[in-house]
Amino acid sequence: MRPFEYVRVDNTSSLADLTAITSNAKFMAGGTNLLDLMKEDVERPARVVDISGLPLKQIQRIHSGLSLGALATNTETANHPLVRENYPLLTQAILAGASGQLRNMATNGGNLLQRTRCNYFYDTAMPCNKRDPGSGCGAREGLNKIHAIFGWSESCVATYPGDMANALHALNAIVRLREPNGGERQVPIADFHRLPGETPEQDTNLRQGELIVAIKLPVSAAAFSGHSYYLKVRDRASYAFAMVAVAAALDIDGDTIRQARVVLGSVAHMPWRAVETEAILVGQRLDPALFQRASLAAFQNARPLKHNAYKVELGQRAVARALMRAAHFA
Amino acid sequence: MSGPCGNSKVEDLSEDERLLVTDMPELAVLLHSRRDFLVHTAAGSLGVFAADLLATEQALAQVEFPAHAASAPVTGQHVVQVTFNLNGGSQTMNVDPRVVLVDALREGLALTGTKKGCDQGQCGACTVLVDGQRVLSCLTLTAGLEGRSVTTIEGIAQEDQLHPVQAAFIKHDAFQCGYCTPGQICSAVGMLAEAQRGHVSHVTENVAIPASRLSDDEIRERMSGNICRCGAYPGIVAAVQEVHSGRRAAQLWEFAPQTRFASATKETGHETV
Repeated sequence: MRPFEYVRVDNTSSLADLTAITSNAKFMAGGTNLLDLMKEDVERPARVVDISGLPLKQIQRIHSGLSLGALATNTETANHPLVRENYPLLTQAILAGASGQLRNMATNGGNLLQRTRCNYFYDTAMPCNKRDPGSGCGAREGLNKIHAIFGWSESCVATYPGDMANALHALNAIVRLREPNGGERQVPIADFHRLPGETPEQDTNLRQGELIVAIKLPVSAAAFSGHSYYLKVRDRASYAFAMVAVAAALDIDGDTIRQARVVLGSVAHMPWRAVETEAILVGQRLDPALFQRASLAAFQNARPLKHNAYKVELGQRAVARALMRAAHFA
Repeated sequence: MSGPCGNSKVEDLSEDERLLVTDMPELAVLLHSRRDFLVHTAAGSLGVFAADLLATEQALAQVEFPAHAASAPVTGQHVVQVTFNLNGGSQTMNVDPRVVLVDALREGLALTGTKKGCDQGQCGACTVLVDGQRVLSCLTLTAGLEGRSVTTIEGIAQEDQLHPVQAAFIKHDAFQCGYCTPGQICSAVGMLAEAQRGHVSHVTENVAIPASRLSDDEIRERMSGNICRCGAYPGIVAAVQEVHSGRRAAQLWEFAPQTRFASATKETGHETV
């Protein structure tokens, strides 16, 4: 690992010092992704600012819903009674990711900021526009089984591997950011991550020096609490990245679907909302045949690569199954 | 490339290594002095290997051992003094911020019970408890432990009294080579505490209801961060289940008595088997 300067900030007064962060510094909370990438010589910060002591750990009810502190751990968040009761989709998504140890370390803010990545990004002997802009994409014509089928560019075909953010997309979460000047900015989760375009080195729309302080779950998203399901399809039963993941949430009035959210994971550079599927579902009565039809629509615009065409049929089946589980049909 | 024992010159370095030296001039001496070893071990990916090995080596060289801690001056921003509780006692170290906990424990403090497996958060062999929570010591910066409480496998037992999880691992033959075992045991101790707090898991049917009694499937899911390449999983699940449920299960093995040894020796015709 390359040398870096370690700085620990412990309280809100020292937050002011964070404005001095330069372009070659990184905030570190749980460190589970950043430190790993530093060991692999992929991330090379000159300064690491340890923010794990900042008072951003609270999970609390607020007027507009529920506020999840950026430094609450994934374990604390998934197991919080208010999350389990009102947003069980989020609990399921978090618990589908990583391992018990990693979830005890990883924080909510850090989970959102885990890198969109692939094995070419990790391998410093390979070209990668995300790691080394302009060097090319090793995966585009390489082994691209785990890569994107939506929204990719010639620059980058990596997928966002996280689970938590897929549920947050379905639940219309809002990310609260502290700006370097001390101000605050709020970003809907849908605008937080980004597609690669010509600048795949940017995973998110976070600006230089901004710090995630909390994630807000709106009251309205609790309407999905009775009918949601997170389905993760992977090579082994636990502790692996998804080949395809589905966050499905239905707001049901009698047997009619009032609102629907279907978000796909591990198919694009960011969580991918299946708006075509949602449009077919809304206003219809719960029906397995409807779920089948809607699941096909999610993939009509898919652009698979050489080795990942399997994700289309797998994804269709996963969407149908997730909807069946959300509706308590299976 | 010169032979294993040849004198190293700048032109002996690979392209990767030359770039490394440009970035980190202080590595140049080490790169040359480590030449023999590198030639033998990493012909395919020399530069990357060298970077990792030498950075680790350098970092460890800067760890101040506890005996010297009181008089060792903190030399700058690249050395961090940290005090934490370790297995019940106070521990102060001056560390290079690059040193992760597993290396500080094993190399700096001679606590070698904690094992280094993959060193990238994928195997669980290095699991320890920090403030009672199971975490991966390979992805924990030692410098960040100020005021925290660390328990390693060396601190799990109460003096001569094995922790119930340790005793159950022996009873159920929950290991073969034993390399993953310290991590498995620390992970199980942390996991059982999580279960007592009603934590749910990926295989919990209804996450709104706190989990109470763990099925074997629940234990498998919750322990999935600990890999055992010997495949001792059935024994591990049995051991953890016995401690969790309190239901005594039969021990399925026993030490062979002397008579059995004697007959085995006779059967094979060898002095020992």
